[in-house]
Amino acid sequence: MAFVITVSAMTLSAQTPAPGAAGSAQRPAAIPPGNAVNGGKLFVKYGCYECHGREGQGGLAGPRIAPNTPSVTTLIRYVRAPRGEMPPYTEKLLKSDQDLIDIHAYLSSRAAAKPQVIPPAP
Amino acid sequence: MGRAKRFSGARREFIKRAAAAGAALAAPGAAAEVTAAQQPATPAPNTAESPLTEGRSGSDFMVDAIKSLGIEYVCSNTGSSFRGLQESVVNYGGNEHPEFLTCCHEESSVAMAHGYFKVEGKPLCVMAHGTVGLQHAAMAIYNAYVDRVPAIIVIGNTMDADKRQPPAEWYHSVQDAASMVRDYTKWDDQPASLQHFAESMVRGYKVAVTPPMGPVVLVADAELQERPIPEGLALRVPKLNVVTPPQGDSGAVTEAAKLLVAAANPVLVAERLARTPEGIIRLVELAELVQAAVVSGARGRMNFPSRHPLNQTLRTGTVISDADVIVGLEVMDFWGTVNSVLDLVERRSKRLAQDDVKLVHIGVGDLTHKANYQDFQRYAEVDLAIAGDAEATLPSPIEAVKRLMTPDRRQAIEARGARLAAASKAAIERARTEATYAWDASPISTGRVSAEVWTQIEHEDWSLVNNGLASGVGAVPVGFWNFTKHYQFLGGSGGAGIGYGAPASVGAALANRKYGRLSVTIQADGDLMYAPGVLWTAAHHKIPLLAVMHNNRAYHQEMMHIQKMGNRRNRGIDRAHIGTSLDEPAIDFAKLAQSMGWYAEGPITQPNDLAPAIKRALAVVKRGEPALLDVVTQPR
Repeated sequence: MAFVITVSAMTLSAQTPAPGAAGSAQRPAAIPPGNAVNGGKLFVKYGCYECHGREGQGGLAGPRIAPNTPSVTTLIRYVRAPRGEMPPYTEKLLKSDQDLIDIHAYLSSRAAAKPQVIPPAP
Repeated sequence: MGRAKRFSGARREFIKRAAAAGAALAAPGAAAEVTAAQQPATPAPNTAESPLTEGRSGSDFMVDAIKSLGIEYVCSNTGSSFRGLQESVVNYGGNEHPEFLTCCHEESSVAMAHGYFKVEGKPLCVMAHGTVGLQHAAMAIYNAYVDRVPAIIVIGNTMDADKRQPPAEWYHSVQDAASMVRDYTKWDDQPASLQHFAESMVRGYKVAVTPPMGPVVLVADAELQERPIPEGLALRVPKLNVVTPPQGDSGAVTEAAKLLVAAANPVLVAERLARTPEGIIRLVELAELVQAAVVSGARGRMNFPSRHPLNQTLRTGTVISDADVIVGLEVMDFWGTVNSVLDLVERRSKRLAQDDVKLVHIGVGDLTHKANYQDFQRYAEVDLAIAGDAEATLPSPIEAVKRLMTPDRRQAIEARGARLAAASKAAIERARTEATYAWDASPISTGRVSAEVWTQIEHEDWSLVNNGLASGVGAVPVGFWNFTKHYQFLGGSGGAGIGYGAPASVGAALANRKYGRLSVTIQADGDLMYAPGVLWTAAHHKIPLLAVMHNNRAYHQEMMHIQKMGNRRNRGIDRAHIGTSLDEPAIDFAKLAQSMGWYAEGPITQPNDLAPAIKRALAVVKRGEPALLDVVTQPR
């Protein structure tokens, strides 16, 4: 199963960026900004959190994907046609790429690590 | 497991004789004899039988046999088919060595013995009904078998049909009691006499603790337990002689040592290596001699200090792929160490190691094989398979390496050691950092749970008796912990049967109690729901244990499996929670624990509430009581 999805303006609806939304500097001009608040809800709705944790911090079954999230296009391409053991999300299951853009905004806005809270090993 | 009210011996004898008389009357010829003799239908008064057992009973001698083995506890859910034995343990034996521990499920009994052994290195005794009790115990027996853990399981049975009281004793009797677990026990016997029982008890112990270890089953016939020992019967408990563990062939060991000395990137993979603390010491010595990378994490037990510079468990994938020599030490799945199977629609395997890597294995795994259950894993194509207990064998390769080492090789391996040390330090730092992502999230992240627990126990004499967060020392949530002692990490269930964690934790905490160690378990919610009655056992027997719940309100691994199936089939994940979530209503584990005598708090949903709660719970545990914190966590 191989899906090659191109992010196009036609599939994307206009969204108002939420506070904390990812910056748009990395994105091609055709990709609108994501809504991080909505992305957080979608991250749960689509079950992404089950393997990657609610903040995308990673876990036993899935790697950390936040806050240094791969680019939007990389994320969309991978979710549609993952190379590893992650199950694919086809257009039937996840209709709009805008949802993934929102998820990207959510992940990119997550807090950084706080290594100072655990004393380092001597 | 109650037994129906039992008639007194005299009453039973009366009924039996009356029935015999009735049968005689029904027989042609016999009736004529009775008529001719004008015998009354009522039996003659029984003047010989006393309602009291004179002298010692058979089960008293059985307890003598158990006591001779130094067994500290009997874990048991009481049952009538071994009532004679139970009474002998608590009265004749004084309820000491062994002490009878009240368990609420036979699966808990065996899993407690499992956890206890992994701390103490000695087996416990379990008593159960031969039928319904053994059936309850079966899952935990399988876990112990796969984990190569000994347990002495004594089951009650009434062999003589003439002695069974209907109906319950018929339900509780079986022709070949041990057969249902024979595929996953090491040995069993059904002794026909008390002398036979004593010899089989001692033999069973010996079989159980000889590597490869495993559980054994001994059937204690109810009549044998309950009847008085005939006057003048000479009985003797034989002396236990424990087999010294087998060591690997000296020539093969020298070949392994040559490979290690000559290797550019040797790796030592240790899983069930360290049977005793000595195993850790020996592995450290061998690793340091050759400056080999050591992987000791995902499976097995505590084998190697987690912060030792050569410990590369957090870099397992890298060191396995770089290795030119891999020496497995009691590895359960060597094929799976150097290969993996991808969980895709079309499953295919992937090589993790180099094709020309030299593979050596030292262990007792090849000395035991059964056909039915497939715990022996996929066939591993090793270059040198050395049959022998790895811990007992290690002094030989250590000496061989010392002989074979040359100055130029020493110089090369020292450079390798420096590289490994730097990589190990960086990996531990990464693990520490990784644990702090999602630090302020609610539900609470597993990294934060790990960090908050670690911060408050690191200066105690602690023992992580069960880790519901992950499967090994090297797993990221506990990758920054400083594991140094054999009792600080006990490995997993063995057979991956859920329900092990809670009872095994209580058993391990029982073993730790006499040493004053702080026992800590990260307790998964699904695991605890199998047989939560073990909480009562811990409270009743005053077993101190800090249980911090990893309560993600689901069988989350299974939820991910259903999600994977739904996505693969293009049906979505909307229903993945059906059959996998443990919510609506959310289980209140604090109330559950409190109802069974534990100090408990929760549900704790806010991360900043966790540290103060741990502090309060630790104060309770240090008083000698169990305490539970119900922490609502992220999935995994």
